[in-house]
Amino acid sequence: MNIIRYHNQGRSDLAQTFDRFAALRGEMDRLFDGSFGPVFRTPGSFSRWAPALDVYQDKDQFTVVAELPGLKKEDIELSLQDGVLTISGERKQEKKSEEGYRNERFFGRFQRSVTLPTSVNGDKVKATYQDGILKVVLPKAEEAKPKQIEVSIG
Amino acid sequence: MNILSQEHQKPAHQSTDHTAYVAPYADVESKDSGYVLYAEMPGVNRDGIEITVEDGNLVLIGQRQPLSVSGEPLHRETRQLSYRRVYELDPSIDADKISARIEQGILSVNLPKAENLKPRRITLE
Repeated sequence: MNIIRYHNQGRSDLAQTFDRFAALRGEMDRLFDGSFGPVFRTPGSFSRWAPALDVYQDKDQFTVVAELPGLKKEDIELSLQDGVLTISGERKQEKKSEEGYRNERFFGRFQRSVTLPTSVNGDKVKATYQDGILKVVLPKAEEAKPKQIEVSIG
Repeated sequence: MNILSQEHQKPAHQSTDHTAYVAPYADVESKDSGYVLYAEMPGVNRDGIEITVEDGNLVLIGQRQPLSVSGEPLHRETRQLSYRRVYELDPSIDADKISARIEQGILSVNLPKAENLKPRRITLE
């Protein structure tokens, strides 16, 4: 360990009290990160929402997976520009009744962008939407694929 | 609103089969004829849905289909957990007439009120 506290022994009560406050503050930070992180993650306000998103990689392609329950295919927009994949769209509420409603779900526009680590072949990007999961497969550009070079030892 | 008057959120480790679950986000729509519940269960298809009514509780379970992707994760936000949520059913609901469907990860459950409990207009003689 590189950093060692020089004041380990015989600290004053006041110092210990401040340490407790520091610990409490750390707890609060963790609490807020854990509980409200996903809400605050979106740029904008509470009326926005951001779907959860995964990125996977193998030697030939990237796969971006987004949880988008309750959309129509037509309401999902995908764009690829300068190596950034953007998923956007709008979720509309199926609400029909005005009599009473209890809401937890988010509706309205959303947008997420992913910067891909290497260049991809934009012409061969394929997307599917099933069971509320959007899956976008982006094949890597030829020059970005790892190459195996045979070296013969003479 | 007094249908589904109370809901229980058992911590994952307390569920009987020791599977870890998350509670899906859900909306409840209330109508004269009953209620419609919408629960978000991305990754679940109709084979994964299990709906039971037991001791006056409505138990919704959605088992996720395993995600089929190639390669290693670079970034992960989704939790590959199945869904479970329990509602206390209002006694006015006719449990025999509950119906449900799932479309693009949204489970909708139709909970009609029993016929004799629906509001009706009484005409004067």
